[in-house]
Amino acid sequence: MSKFIFLVPLFPLIGFLINGLFRKWIPKSLSGLIGSATVLASFVLSLLIFFEVKEENFHPVIISLFEFIHAGKLSIPFSFLVDPLSVLFLLIITGVGFLIHVYSTSYMHEENAAAYAKYFCYLNLFVFSMLLLVLGSNYVILFIGWEGVGLCSYLLIGYWFKNQEYSSAAKKAFVMNRIGDFGFLIAVFALINQFGTASFGEIFQHAPKATTGFITMVTLLLFVGATGKSAQIPLYTWLPDAMAGPTPVSALIHAATMVTAGIYMIARSHVLYDLAPVSQTVVAITGLATAILAASIAIKQNDIKKVLAYSTVSQLGYMFLGLGVGAYTGAVFHVMTHAFFKALLFLGAGSVIHAMGGEQDIRKMGALRKYLPITHITFLLACLAIAGVPPFSGFFSKDEILAAAYEKNPLYYIIGVAGAMMTAFYMFRLYATTFLGRFRGTADQEHHLHESPAPITFPLIVLAILAVLGGFLGIPEIFAKNAHLLGHFLQPVFAGRESGAAGHPVDVSTEWMLMGVSAGLVIIMVIFAWMRFSRKPELGEPAGFGKWLANKWYVDELYQTIIVRPLNAFADFLNKVVEKNIIDGMVNGAGRLVQYGSRQFRYLQSGQVGGYVLLMVLGIVILFVVQLFLRK
Amino acid sequence: MPINYYIFLSVALFCIGVAGVLTRRNAIIVFMCIELMLNAVNLLLVAFSKMHHLALAATDPNAGINGQLFVFFIMVVAAAEVSVGLAIIAMLYRNTHSVDINFLNRLKH
Repeated sequence: MSKFIFLVPLFPLIGFLINGLFRKWIPKSLSGLIGSATVLASFVLSLLIFFEVKEENFHPVIISLFEFIHAGKLSIPFSFLVDPLSVLFLLIITGVGFLIHVYSTSYMHEENAAAYAKYFCYLNLFVFSMLLLVLGSNYVILFIGWEGVGLCSYLLIGYWFKNQEYSSAAKKAFVMNRIGDFGFLIAVFALINQFGTASFGEIFQHAPKATTGFITMVTLLLFVGATGKSAQIPLYTWLPDAMAGPTPVSALIHAATMVTAGIYMIARSHVLYDLAPVSQTVVAITGLATAILAASIAIKQNDIKKVLAYSTVSQLGYMFLGLGVGAYTGAVFHVMTHAFFKALLFLGAGSVIHAMGGEQDIRKMGALRKYLPITHITFLLACLAIAGVPPFSGFFSKDEILAAAYEKNPLYYIIGVAGAMMTAFYMFRLYATTFLGRFRGTADQEHHLHESPAPITFPLIVLAILAVLGGFLGIPEIFAKNAHLLGHFLQPVFAGRESGAAGHPVDVSTEWMLMGVSAGLVIIMVIFAWMRFSRKPELGEPAGFGKWLANKWYVDELYQTIIVRPLNAFADFLNKVVEKNIIDGMVNGAGRLVQYGSRQFRYLQSGQVGGYVLLMVLGIVILFVVQLFLRK
Repeated sequence: MPINYYIFLSVALFCIGVAGVLTRRNAIIVFMCIELMLNAVNLLLVAFSKMHHLALAATDPNAGINGQLFVFFIMVVAAAEVSVGLAIIAMLYRNTHSVDINFLNRLKH
């Protein structure tokens, strides 16, 4: 089955080509069908491959398609790697991707046929690039997918490009990602230079021979790439702005899949990170700081999508914390559960926005429980999952990361639990103000409220089931022996380098204690937020410290002041001073010199024969002098 | 007679010619000075021709003969030049009623 792996990315590529080339001629229903069906085909194929990879005696295979780059001794094949990690990501991407395609067919129905087909064309291109990213068996193929998803993210954030603000957000995302890509590219060049190959297998095999300094440098540069793509400090500010795109795009690209590319890349390169403890610490601390910072910002946001965006940044921070403390399975586990519940939250938010006629401000919502029963139930389940209330999926994955963090350094655990409490608080603040209390919008909006059609509710229900049950794929050892199915599945990839709940961590009583503390605190927070905001759902104007949070710690303003403004001033200086005086001066000066010189030389042509003769004689005399006295 | 005397004489003649061309304004005199320069060269050529002939006659009976040939060519060309030059001067006089070369600055325009 693995030898058909090339079909998995091929299907979305075909969908992209059909929708892209014929978008002006094919009707809406057909372009939606092509978009969804191609991803479904990939999903089915991925499932078949998954069952093969699940077998006990399966060994990772590399499927080489053709020679991609060949120069001197360097050879980079276009090849795919089939192993548990890549297959797991395949399932997440195509599975969640398919649901979101189905959702989009209904959500985007107001667009005209050509724009509708364009949307599916971009979405299919995204799925194709993302599949390339996770399937590539070397850093170069990974990088092709990496750039492809960045491009699609740009195109889809700026989907409504006529809005100036939206296209600026798209540009911001693209530029921020480029900064990260710069680090990533240098790391890949360094690896190729050192090992003479870009293939994962060979690099990881030879990595222990390289110096720790080199590995540390490379891993830090790779991490710079990951901070761009996965929205970590300091390059996270693009993700909240990326909410300018259509809501299903936010669900697929900016929550479930693309932003986890950084996690995937580091999990894939875990051999290198294991060799560089300094980099691991940097990853863990950055992830933790991002988790806390983004969670604190989310507490004071009033835009339903902005809250979810900051929550995504925060959850990504947890995944990096997991990677940093060596809990690779935990991080990948959290990627999976996060894909379920965060896609569900975004799709639920999309359903709410749809019902509210485009309104995104939670201050103008409320009491939607009555009008949107399915959305309400699924959203509530997702909130419970992300908050980490047992036994929903987020509890298991977050607990695994936190347990591993405790093992590494108890301080990580304490800060992580604080972040988890904030998560519970802002999620239930969001839930209560949106679905509980009384309706605070206009009468017109209230009249218009309705549950969304089946293509929207179907993905919600499927994702809700996954968000509730997904956690049981990774039951910790203390509940049941050998019940960590995901850890068992991923074991060939992370073999022998595991810490955290999937391995054999802290002793049983400590783990019970950790689990109890975090779950207890989170539940208290959920109840507190529920009581607080269902009783008094009006959100006042933020004051004092809350104002800092509402304004996102003024990070955008800080970047504006220390980077954008000096850059603009410098560009202005180049434009007004260097360009005007030096460059233009040089060009105009050359012209003026020629003009001046020729005006002087013109006097030589006096028309006086005597003058010509005199010059001629002088010339001859000079030639004589040169000939006789100077030339030896 | 040593060759030096011929050299000094023809250099003197040549310099007189140059000085005349540079300083005089009468076209006829300028013309005569040009002839003077030409003939200074002719004299030098003949002198060197003779010198070479004397030195190398034993081995080559025709030694130095080419110098004398040059002189004949120069004479012929000079004769042609004189006829053209005098015709130009005649036309000049007919147009300007003067043979002052300072009136000849119309090339400029």
